[in-house]
Amino acid sequence: MSDLPASNLPASDLPGSAKEPGAVSEWLRRSTWVDHILLAIRIGVAALVLVGLAGGIAAGTYSAADFASFTMFGLTIGSIYALIALGYTMVYGILRMINFAHGDVMMVGSFAGLFAAGGLNDTGLLGALPLLALPLVLAAGMAAGALVSIAIERIAYRPFLHVRSLAPLICAIGMSFILQYAARGLFGTRNRAYPGFGWMEGAVTFAGFTMPIPQIVAFVAALMVLAGLLAVVKLSRLGKAMRAVSEDRDAAALVGIDVSAVIVATFAIGGAMAGVAGVLYALVFKQITVFMGFFLGVKGFAAAILGGIGNLGGAMLGGLVLGVAEALGPALILEGYGIPAPYQLKDVIGYGMLVMILIFRPQGLLGERLAAKRA
Amino acid sequence: MSFNAVTSSFKVARRRRSARTEALRTGGVAGAALVAFALIGAYAVMDKRHVVEGMLTLSQLAGLLMVFAAGYATGRDARAGSAAALANALLAGLIAGACLSLLVWLIAAVNLRATLIAASPMLARALSLGAPVASAQALFQLPLLGAAGALAGALVARLPGDARRAALSGLAAVVAAGLFRDVFASMLENMPDPTGPESEVFGPAGINSGAALVLFFLVAALSMVRGRLRRPARVPRSGMSRPAMVLLFAGVVLLPLVTNDFVAQVAMLVALYMLMGMGLNIELGLAGLVDLGFVAFFAVGAYTVALLCSTGPLAIADVSFWVALPVAVLLAAAAGMLFGLPVLRVRGDYLAMATLGLGEIIRVLVLSDWLAPHLGGSQGIIEIDHPRLFGYELKSPASLYYLALALSGVVAFVSYRLQHAKIGRAWLAMREDEDVAQALGIDPVASKLLAYTIGAAFAGAAGAVFAALIGSVYPHSFQLLVSINVLAILVIGGLGSLPGVLVGAIVLIGLPELLREFGEFRYLFYGIALVAMMHVRAEGLWPASHVREATNAA
Repeated sequence: MSDLPASNLPASDLPGSAKEPGAVSEWLRRSTWVDHILLAIRIGVAALVLVGLAGGIAAGTYSAADFASFTMFGLTIGSIYALIALGYTMVYGILRMINFAHGDVMMVGSFAGLFAAGGLNDTGLLGALPLLALPLVLAAGMAAGALVSIAIERIAYRPFLHVRSLAPLICAIGMSFILQYAARGLFGTRNRAYPGFGWMEGAVTFAGFTMPIPQIVAFVAALMVLAGLLAVVKLSRLGKAMRAVSEDRDAAALVGIDVSAVIVATFAIGGAMAGVAGVLYALVFKQITVFMGFFLGVKGFAAAILGGIGNLGGAMLGGLVLGVAEALGPALILEGYGIPAPYQLKDVIGYGMLVMILIFRPQGLLGERLAAKRA
Repeated sequence: MSFNAVTSSFKVARRRRSARTEALRTGGVAGAALVAFALIGAYAVMDKRHVVEGMLTLSQLAGLLMVFAAGYATGRDARAGSAAALANALLAGLIAGACLSLLVWLIAAVNLRATLIAASPMLARALSLGAPVASAQALFQLPLLGAAGALAGALVARLPGDARRAALSGLAAVVAAGLFRDVFASMLENMPDPTGPESEVFGPAGINSGAALVLFFLVAALSMVRGRLRRPARVPRSGMSRPAMVLLFAGVVLLPLVTNDFVAQVAMLVALYMLMGMGLNIELGLAGLVDLGFVAFFAVGAYTVALLCSTGPLAIADVSFWVALPVAVLLAAAAGMLFGLPVLRVRGDYLAMATLGLGEIIRVLVLSDWLAPHLGGSQGIIEIDHPRLFGYELKSPASLYYLALALSGVVAFVSYRLQHAKIGRAWLAMREDEDVAQALGIDPVASKLLAYTIGAAFAGAAGAVFAALIGSVYPHSFQLLVSINVLAILVIGGLGSLPGVLVGAIVLIGLPELLREFGEFRYLFYGIALVAMMHVRAEGLWPASHVREATNAA
């Protein structure tokens, strides 16, 4: 998108990024009142976190085993965030747009997995051979996610491909509502419970720490899927085409890449990842509802931004960091302020991180060159 | 939106299909829509409501309208001759009806309820239209009905201009009268004539069939006469004509007086959303800031009034609403400034996400146990006093409606003046292209911040009125859905257009409230409306004047 002018990144005009002597006075001369306020906010947030952290550690409410299980939980939910984040990142890499309905794709995948699991449970396969059944359930989730994602591309993005406007964003918000409320009509509002996956229901004790098996399975499965996706993007012909389209859509079309097909494939792969996330989420939490997708989608988006949008490795890293921060944050930081029921405020940490990254480091942890242009 | 900066010369080529293939496709789409309509449970729910008394239920009407539209679209296809177009429409209707028949047969043969909760025997019975469930008669009558509906659509489409317009307006009048029976019946009830014609025109749920026929021909004839009288060269997409505007505003002012309390309550809600819509209109419509955390400022306004005017245990003062209102507005504006400062450097889609995050943070905080001693947690704050004016307590829906309407008027005036002041033009320039605007000497941060602050202040005013109207505030009332509602109002009405806000609020808030059967499906309808609007008429129902000029020039 070379025709989009680069914006000035707030991070670049802060004292930390300047190297030569007299940088502080130079910054003071060039900065505006907005920069000063932003700096004050930075310092304030950092102080809040540090004081909370010190207080939380001093309070000592939780044992080391507690923190280990928090961390494991954080890694599990983080790997699910990472899977969702991949869809955002891939679509953003190619279209420079956020697929607002992506969270609901995950919900649809989760429901498809539920029905597949129900069918397998009737044949008895699910309880007897969960390692064979889980890939089948995942496949159902992936197929449904990919299909819905393709439909979203078709309805909300393709018609507006050649103009820059709010239309895709608004269409995608509309699609998100259509998916949520159509699913509500089709499947009902009550929580649906996944059937049990045989031996995957238990917990193992390892080196004195007890871990629920579903969390371990979900974490490992997520890592495997992520590795597979990376291989596709880095090694396959399709992956090469995707990277080319993401660099320059017109040039890619000139050298004979079917841009439309690549975009569809990107949406399909992103949707499939969301489907996997939906099934793994259900594996860990057992209960799914039709409204769970939207806010998990926001978290996935936060993970994508955190890692550096447009960057696949970044999405994984962002997901894991966000998951762990959400799992440990309430115990470590909020506890330090003596806030009652700190886990109610878990989402404040997640959303707060989202807002802070968008404001202060829109290029994310791993910083993608492309991300700077639109942010 | 008008900023159609071309970002790529790459364009998708549209495949060409023959008229017959197109008809088959249309039939398939209509069939899928019918099946989806049935399976999400809308058919069974809406089947309880009669539109034409004893003849046609709401769901039957919706189904018929779908095949009618399919037939109309097929009939409009100019490539086929009249006979061929009618045959194509017949085919499309047959296919659409057959899809529904297949569904009925499936429901009767297989138990789908574990997966699809709406696929119940009740649905099969409703879809069999009185015939024995899933009998041959029930299965065959659906495609035939579909074909008849589509044929009617194609016939209307093939009529000459005037007659077609007459037929369509007649149909629209009957449907509107049947759907909004409550409004019209209550208006007739309030007429001076004590015996009232109401009992003859309207039944307990819908319009009577005789009255429907009379109404159809009456409106059709009126439309014919109107077409004969003046044949203006109509400017395409020109919003609304002046008489329609006068009529709309007269309706807005007089409505609660001539109808009942229920309608007044709905009107009150519409006015409230108008107030919020005008706030977001400044942010999104003029300055182009997509704000999905708008509800946070609404919450600030509402909680301020709640804390200041409540007689409950959480109140910090017990002052009059008229003192609390400016405080609420100021606090909301301050909150807008506080949020806006850091967030406004973020652009476009990112801004949408950042503001969404902020809005959710506020909601989670208000809901938490941490702030419960001050804000009541999920219990909320109750026992808020109603506003008093000259010793008269504004308690009835109609009086509160006028309060909201008066505030809306003030806000509309302020918005109008702002829009046409220097700052308004700066906002528009910034919306079109931020970098160019900055190059022209507009300070983007300051003008964005001003837009954000003013928008927040308007939302705060809406929140203040909301607290006074309901008499209690709960965190539950401040969900993301409110922000989305307001966004949808703007998009439907036309971004940047003040009358558009009114139209959008009536269409999206008023109509679904009046159609109570609609309740469960209103957000589905919102989603469809947003998507359809972007595809069909992206500039909105009542576009802003500058957008209109741009569209007409193009």
